[in-house]
Amino acid sequence: MENGAILSIKDLRVVFEDGFVALGGVSLDIGKNEFVTLLGPSGCGKTTLLRCIGGFEKPSSGEILYKGENIIPLPPYKRAINTVFQRYALFPHLNVEQNVAFGPDLRGEDKKKTALEVGRMLEMVGLAGYEKRKIASLSGGQQQRVAIARALINKPDVLLLDEPLAALDLKLRREMQLELKRIQRESGITFIFVTHDQEEALTMSDRVAVMRAGEILQLGTPEDIYNEPQSAFVADFIGDSNILPGTMVRDQLVRFLNCEFPCVDSGFGEQTEVDIVVRPEDLKLKPMEDPIEGVPQGVVESLLFKGVHYEMKVRSGESMLLVHSTHARPVGMRVKLTVAPADIQVMHKSDCSPDVLKRHADRAK
Amino acid sequence: MMRNKALAAPFVLWAMIFIVVPLVMIVWYGVTIEEPIPYTEIVQPDGSVIYQLEDGSRTTEKPWQKRAVFSLNNFRRMLEPTYLRLLLRSLKVAVITTAICLLLGYPVALILTGRDFKRPALWLLLLILPMWMNFLLRTYSWMSILENSGILNSWIARLREAIPALDEWLLSMGVRRRIIFLYNENAVILGMVYNYLSFMIMPIYTVIEKIDKSLLEAAADLGASPVKSFLRVTLPYSLPGVLEGITMVFVPAVTTFVISQLMGGGKVPLIGDIIQNQFGKSSDWHFGATLSLLVMVVVLAFMGALGRIDKDDEPHKEVRIL
Amino acid sequence: MNWKKNLRKAYIGLIMAFLYAPIVMLILYSFNNSKSRAQWGGFTLRWYHELFTDEAIMGALGTTLSIGFLAAAISTVLGTFGAIALFQMKRRPRQAMLSVVNLPMLNSEVVTGVSLMLLFAMAHIQLGYVTLLLSHVAFCVPYVVLSVMPKLRQLDPNLAEAAQDLGATPMQGFLRVILPDIMPGVFSGFVMALTMSIDDFVVSFFTTGSGVSNLSITIYTMAKRGISPKINALSTLIFACVFILLIGVNLQDLRRDPRKGKVEKVRIPY
Repeated sequence: MENGAILSIKDLRVVFEDGFVALGGVSLDIGKNEFVTLLGPSGCGKTTLLRCIGGFEKPSSGEILYKGENIIPLPPYKRAINTVFQRYALFPHLNVEQNVAFGPDLRGEDKKKTALEVGRMLEMVGLAGYEKRKIASLSGGQQQRVAIARALINKPDVLLLDEPLAALDLKLRREMQLELKRIQRESGITFIFVTHDQEEALTMSDRVAVMRAGEILQLGTPEDIYNEPQSAFVADFIGDSNILPGTMVRDQLVRFLNCEFPCVDSGFGEQTEVDIVVRPEDLKLKPMEDPIEGVPQGVVESLLFKGVHYEMKVRSGESMLLVHSTHARPVGMRVKLTVAPADIQVMHKSDCSPDVLKRHADRAK
Repeated sequence: MMRNKALAAPFVLWAMIFIVVPLVMIVWYGVTIEEPIPYTEIVQPDGSVIYQLEDGSRTTEKPWQKRAVFSLNNFRRMLEPTYLRLLLRSLKVAVITTAICLLLGYPVALILTGRDFKRPALWLLLLILPMWMNFLLRTYSWMSILENSGILNSWIARLREAIPALDEWLLSMGVRRRIIFLYNENAVILGMVYNYLSFMIMPIYTVIEKIDKSLLEAAADLGASPVKSFLRVTLPYSLPGVLEGITMVFVPAVTTFVISQLMGGGKVPLIGDIIQNQFGKSSDWHFGATLSLLVMVVVLAFMGALGRIDKDDEPHKEVRIL
Repeated sequence: MNWKKNLRKAYIGLIMAFLYAPIVMLILYSFNNSKSRAQWGGFTLRWYHELFTDEAIMGALGTTLSIGFLAAAISTVLGTFGAIALFQMKRRPRQAMLSVVNLPMLNSEVVTGVSLMLLFAMAHIQLGYVTLLLSHVAFCVPYVVLSVMPKLRQLDPNLAEAAQDLGATPMQGFLRVILPDIMPGVFSGFVMALTMSIDDFVVSFFTTGSGVSNLSITIYTMAKRGISPKINALSTLIFACVFILLIGVNLQDLRRDPRKGKVEKVRIPY
């Protein structure tokens, strides 16, 4: 992405006046027509990063290159970047049409041309015929669409979206996810999307940046992030997971749950403490009659029907494992647990491993 | 993004010049007195007199300038019985006025927020409309109602003529034919109650109106009688409004100087009148400032006692607008 | 229960009578064909005719109105920007400044008047129209700040940013987005300032001079010798205007929203 990057963030730091480090040196390249999501819990710095790009926050150091030019000195109104705010920030005294036409009107564009453009935009967001409606008379989803139309009419190269779906109910949120993805594809605009909802991030994005405490922990495609989390935090934050302490015995052999497993990872050194992630759907339960040897055993402690699969909790020694399977096993049944080598994700220990491991261990109580 | 300092600077400067500096001036004048600048007369050999000032300069004209020197004399003077009595009277009149306003005003707010009136806000508007007529005129108008040959007395006189028995009974009670309403403390209190009653009604109305009606319904549902639910719900919830009302009545009442002059006819001077005098006839600005300081302290102490100073700022998010 | 209801209504009626008695008197006297307030000399419109040729009264009215509107306008601008500046300050300085701004409202009018008079004396400014105007601005600004602040608190925090994001300079954003949104607060601040200024006597008394006199001061001066019925006529006219204006505005609000059984909000610029 080095040369094709439309937006290039280099070692961006934001330290608030009270000394809080909101961003601790973030670097990120974003390509043209890319859908990048900044994902993380609240307080991780994702919104601060977005506000820096939008021009609402002044970084303490670092660079934001837009088409190769540092835009940090530019005020928001001189940046060809538009924002959809979390609570939309529609102008309450203007109607839908006037809200959408705000940008073109400021630039003094031809009224007739603007009116046509407003119509086209409203059509694109599915609000044709709503021109004269008052903002207060619109539902949350409709306001959301007006906010998007108001931003897109300015034909920005980059659109920033700050948790734009947070205020919507689940069904509407799903709808709007697809809608946003469609708009992004059709308009060819780069979307930078902020959310704390991992499912939303995985569904919509080309790439996801998982953030924590002012840093990007991992950047990659949704598949990468889900299948190969680089740290316990990412694994824990994205999807359901079993995170266990383990030891890398040697390359391609790892020990956890008191058993040794072949795996595909190497380069960790011998006898190194690591964290292990196994996704619930990758843990297979075999009956005790199964001839396989040297695998951990456990007892099914709970069984829940979840629609497409069953969710089971299996106790194995000190650990409680989460298992998703289409086959139900009755509570109380003794089972053998197997994992395919490629489904074992080995991660370096990180500063948040203790927290995550403790929480996962607590599930056993 | 405009820097907030650029926006705040003119405002802060304005507040300093027109709020802080004037108050500092009061303090400065309050702790100083004026005295003629000292000089010594030197009789020249030819018999003429020249005057030598402290800095050694000499002049042939008698120095007339005055200078302000630090002195607590005015504070001592302020504590003389005359002024203390005035202050006490002002406090007494203000307290009585506030109490009457509260007793008269609270029921008004309570009734208007009840179900008796279809358009309570309109009635409230009618109640405060008189304030748009100059208060001096309204007070003056009271004088024409109450004066010895005023409307009230002439109505009473007619009533007495019509019913001789009443007249005799009143005479036997020692009530004169022409009742003197004006130019006493009661008249001053009446004038104040009249002028400040709305100040009491408004804030109480505002808080009672905001009380969640379902609270009262819940209280009734739980078996509280109307009196009990008033004591348990309405009264405690309306307390902030009552405090606001008390402040809004007491502060002007304790410091007024016009109402006492009109309704009291100069016979019931209050502390405000004395302050006004210092800047008018007596023209002792320094003593006037000392008395103003006193009034300021009294008012601030009163507010402090009611817990009305330094109200905690409402929840606030950091937002940039300009 | 009914007699209780009637009792309550009677009480309101009594209070109304108390509040309106002097006003009714005043209006009556403005039609009284006699200079004395003691006797009724028959109906006349004479005072209304003479009113408009009385230079002293007309001059005082002019001063009152021009000071009122100028002071209200200046303090509205100053107070609105001041409220925004206050609003954007950090907690500590904001609270400090708020206390300072609230001082004139906490303080009694006498103290405000005296303090301003001393200020002008110190600055060697001759008391007159300008000092009167400055003083009125001084005590009006806090009321504007007071009525604009809540509107700022209600603002969507991203509104200004959204405007700038769409290409508006901060000033454009303010004029096109923020100002229309806080307008009700600004307007009620203006009306409040206007009312305070027109009704003020105490501060004016201390800060005017050089023969500049507004209605309050004119009335105060007259009160010692006897008030001319012309003043009554003028007050009746002013009162009638305010009465019709306010009742009209509020009734119109009622009509516009007939669903409401009762008025939820009456516009009281106070």
